[in-house]
Amino acid sequence: MTNRKGVTPHEAAKVADGSMLYLDGVTVSFDGFKALNSLSMIIKPGEMRAIIGPNGAGKTTMMDVITGKTRPDLGDVLFDGGVDLTKHDEAAIASMGIGRKFQKPTVFESHSVYDNLILALKQNRTARATLFAMTGKADEDRINELLELTRLTAQRDLLAANLSHGQKQWLEIGMLLAQDPRLLLVDEPAAGMTDAETAETAVLLKEIAKSHSVVVVEHDMDFVRDLDVRVTVLHEGSVLAEGTLDQVSSNDRVIEVYLGR
Amino acid sequence: MAKAETMTEANTTPRYSSWVLSALTDRTSVSVLGAIGALAIACVLLNQLPESSAFHVPTYMISLFGKYLCYAVLALSVDLVWGYCGILSLGHGAFFALGGYAMGMYLMRQIGDRGVYGHPILPDFMVFLNWEELPWYWYGFDFFPFAMLMVVVAPGALAFVFGWFAFRSRVTGVYLSIITQAMTYALMLAFFQNDMGFGGNNGLTDFKDLMGFDLRSDGVRNWLFLSSAATLAIGYILCRLVTTSRMGKVLIAIRDAESRARFLGYRVEYYKLFVFTLSAMLAGVAGALYVPQVGIINPGEFAPLISIEIVIWVALGGRGYLYGAIVGALVVNIAKSYFTVAFPEIWLFFLGGLFVLVTLFMPRGIVGLVGETIGSAYGSMKGSARRRAEAMGGADD
Repeated sequence: MTNRKGVTPHEAAKVADGSMLYLDGVTVSFDGFKALNSLSMIIKPGEMRAIIGPNGAGKTTMMDVITGKTRPDLGDVLFDGGVDLTKHDEAAIASMGIGRKFQKPTVFESHSVYDNLILALKQNRTARATLFAMTGKADEDRINELLELTRLTAQRDLLAANLSHGQKQWLEIGMLLAQDPRLLLVDEPAAGMTDAETAETAVLLKEIAKSHSVVVVEHDMDFVRDLDVRVTVLHEGSVLAEGTLDQVSSNDRVIEVYLGR
Repeated sequence: MAKAETMTEANTTPRYSSWVLSALTDRTSVSVLGAIGALAIACVLLNQLPESSAFHVPTYMISLFGKYLCYAVLALSVDLVWGYCGILSLGHGAFFALGGYAMGMYLMRQIGDRGVYGHPILPDFMVFLNWEELPWYWYGFDFFPFAMLMVVVAPGALAFVFGWFAFRSRVTGVYLSIITQAMTYALMLAFFQNDMGFGGNNGLTDFKDLMGFDLRSDGVRNWLFLSSAATLAIGYILCRLVTTSRMGKVLIAIRDAESRARFLGYRVEYYKLFVFTLSAMLAGVAGALYVPQVGIINPGEFAPLISIEIVIWVALGGRGYLYGAIVGALVVNIAKSYFTVAFPEIWLFFLGGLFVLVTLFMPRGIVGLVGETIGSAYGSMKGSARRRAEAMGGADD
């Protein structure tokens, strides 16, 4: 696929060299409505980026494009400096090391916390392999580590359905980590959380960002301030502003979009 | 029970034997297998009593029970795809019937020259249609092992091809159910055609021998009944192995939140294809054992209504519990045998009413209700989790 400037993926790959995620001129339209309009963005390895924007700015569509759920009409989506994500499906992209957390916490409710993590663990995901899969000592240790990290050790054998909303969010983050991804896409991790939980989630994400690239979509400005990272503002499917939270929040265009014209 | 499983997993090194052993020897499996075995042996022994005895079970009853056991295997196969993977197949009767036809073809060939027309090779209906020679797809069916192979291969191949297209195109939910209905309906129409070479409207019947033994003899009837019981036991163990493996966890994950499973990197379509094909094969075996015990197979077995009835057995017995499917198939069919004789005109109303009541008041079926009454805390947690997961729908935001 070539983008609108006629740059081939090969040439784009050179520009994308050394990036974790590279979006260039990505356009997605649904029945004529442009959910993404020539969106471009680069995430460096080890970087944590917060993405903010009003409703309908294209945040979720962007996640869909990166994880293979939606194919872009135009533009390049490259992972790890050169892998063209538009040519792969969800399962393949997940196996490459891109993990996604949904806006609404989505865990397997009729499985225990432990089983949820087992399923998320990095492993051979083919049907044949899982039919004969056995849980070894290394897997146990990893799960215990994750339970510790997400503060769910006491809930290990509880069904996921019986967790509180915040605990489900953490379990989902734990499942993301169990996949051992290189890039985490986290959609509104603090939605519906109490203030205390929100603050703890920020700490947890900062801890994770030490060893992973993370993209966080969030509405909650206090939470974004807690994260203290570079911020990208989306509006009508493209990037409106980029910089520190203070920089973007003093940007006239951003104020106009957020406060109405 | 689940707690005990995770405990053993935690404390032992990985061993396949422990997986197989627990599928065979945990409390549920032992109860189910023990019940099947005890009932089967009891029926056969009671059949041996002199006819004057009050406890004598007549041979026709043995075959009737054998038929129920075949239905139980069929219910098991539906529960595997529906209860564990959320694939609501309303076309499983087609796989059952295909297995039945494969067995029927073998039994037709066993008749030899003893048909009404006395033709040395051709079955009666072909002579009647003035056919000159056996169609190519009837070749080999006089050979028992080949026929038994086709009992699993024919339904398995259909399920594989059907599933390949349906699951890859991500057809799910009610749309999938509708096309499974269309599939079995189309097959019914096809098998009604005389030109198809499967006996058309009348199907295959007038069977005489099975592997050279007289089908009407008490001995063969008892053996067929015992084989049905053994198939049910083996089918149960097979399903139990699948559902207690990590794959079983993936299947439940797919049932509860399909797109979450996809974003975790699981190729949902291959998992569905695997269980769907396995389940179709199991249904085929059930059909093959059913045919010699009822003495006929005709296109009526492909009727969409029959496939819907199977789902009702499973829902009634307890979807998502393997033994629930067995209980459901047995209870409904025993009730059916009684009601269709005692009150033939109200049977369908009774069945319909039962389904409504179960859906409204016993969402987890008979075994779920029994489990709840006993007060199994784990069971009720699991139930509420499932209901919530269903209410939540997909994983998409």
